Amino acid sequence: MAAERIAITVTVNGEPFREEVPATRSLLDFLRDDLGLTGTKEGCSEGECGACAVILDGRLVDACLIFAAEADGRSVETVEGLADGEDLHPLQRTFAATGAAQCGYCTPGMLMACKSLLDRNPSPTREEVVHGIAGNLCRCTGYGTIIQAVMEAAKES
Amino acid sequence: MRPFHYLAPRRLDEALSLLTPQAVPLAGGTDLFLKMERRQTQPDTVVDLKRIPGLDRIEAADGGVRIGALALMDRLSASSMIANQYDALARSARVVGSTQTRNRATIGGNLANASPAADTATPLLALGASVEAADASGTREMPVDQLFLGPGRTALRHGELLTAILIPAMPARAASAFQRCVRTAMDIAVVNCAAFVRLDEDGLIGEARIALGAVGPTPLRAASAESRLVGRRPGPDLAAEAAEAAADDAQPIDDVRAGADYRTEMVRVLTRRAIEDACQRAGGES
Repeated sequence: MAAERIAITVTVNGEPFREEVPATRSLLDFLRDDLGLTGTKEGCSEGECGACAVILDGRLVDACLIFAAEADGRSVETVEGLADGEDLHPLQRTFAATGAAQCGYCTPGMLMACKSLLDRNPSPTREEVVHGIAGNLCRCTGYGTIIQAVMEAAKES
Repeated sequence: MRPFHYLAPRRLDEALSLLTPQAVPLAGGTDLFLKMERRQTQPDTVVDLKRIPGLDRIEAADGGVRIGALALMDRLSASSMIANQYDALARSARVVGSTQTRNRATIGGNLANASPAADTATPLLALGASVEAADASGTREMPVDQLFLGPGRTALRHGELLTAILIPAMPARAASAFQRCVRTAMDIAVVNCAAFVRLDEDGLIGEARIALGAVGPTPLRAASAESRLVGRRPGPDLAAEAAEAAADDAQPIDDVRAGADYRTEMVRVLTRRAIEDACQRAGGES
């Protein structure tokens, strides 16, 4: 079958993008390869590790398991949209202050998972934070500082 | 991944007309995407159901609840209508996968994928639920008991779509419970178990349904465990006796997650806990 292309319009971090993509294109590849937004990472490509976590219409999802076509007409938030210019998001500041990033590969997905958690639950318990990042693996096992960063960001806001 | 046509109809009848034998329906995609990536499924056409309004509705129906096939796990776990009546189902939806998975995976997809370990299947079996299936010629209802034929195989025909799950009203003095054993929070169940019990006015068990997951080719009912319970007074000895019977009903295999012996032992433990939990809550204790 010839690879047919589908015209989609996806709003990413507030900006609409119109592109033609093959049906097989994942939302992750769309963000990284078509739009050049390489902050979102590819880890396992099986929905296990959360490196590709983004917020789609207000819900945290793994972009590796979604076709770009499914996002047509919808809004995506990625790590690139967290800071307001030079003004970092509270989570970015607390992640930096507590040293919550080691190699940094899980950080973009981890930040989006934590943002999604705080959007829904502005003052989570430690257990709720642990539950909220259960779908995000940190191979450096820096969970302690990540949890601490989320708790501090929650206190700030 | 093999190229395919992507279609996103806005009406159910349109979707049904597109479901040819070479087409697959797409709900949350958490299972389907990987099957396509691994070329275990190579459809010509993918019919995305998410643009059809109302297919994800959770609503009261005939005293019970009707759950649209596209209802997200996250919405099920947050629904007070579900939590108030069907504890086993609410709990199972809460523990499926990660936040990301629960924000994408649907109850209809969990059933139609027909994994022997599907976490929502055992509660629905225990609750006596049915599914509604539609094709171009109309709709029919089928008990969840008759839905699963084998790993990845259901009684749905080609061109037929699972559109809703129907759970009967919860009788008085009845409750359900869910238990699950996993290696890690993200992994699929090593064993899961759901129990439903209804007590008579004199406190004896009037009705019982026990369902087990990941211990056979399909989620299954533990018939001999159920028959041990009916007509008898709840208590730790009875729960243990029924759990022992459930271990005989299970047909586990060895696989990467656990050995058959371990699964059988977990059936004993989880069934006993689920029965005790359901009996206590059916009796008004919590």
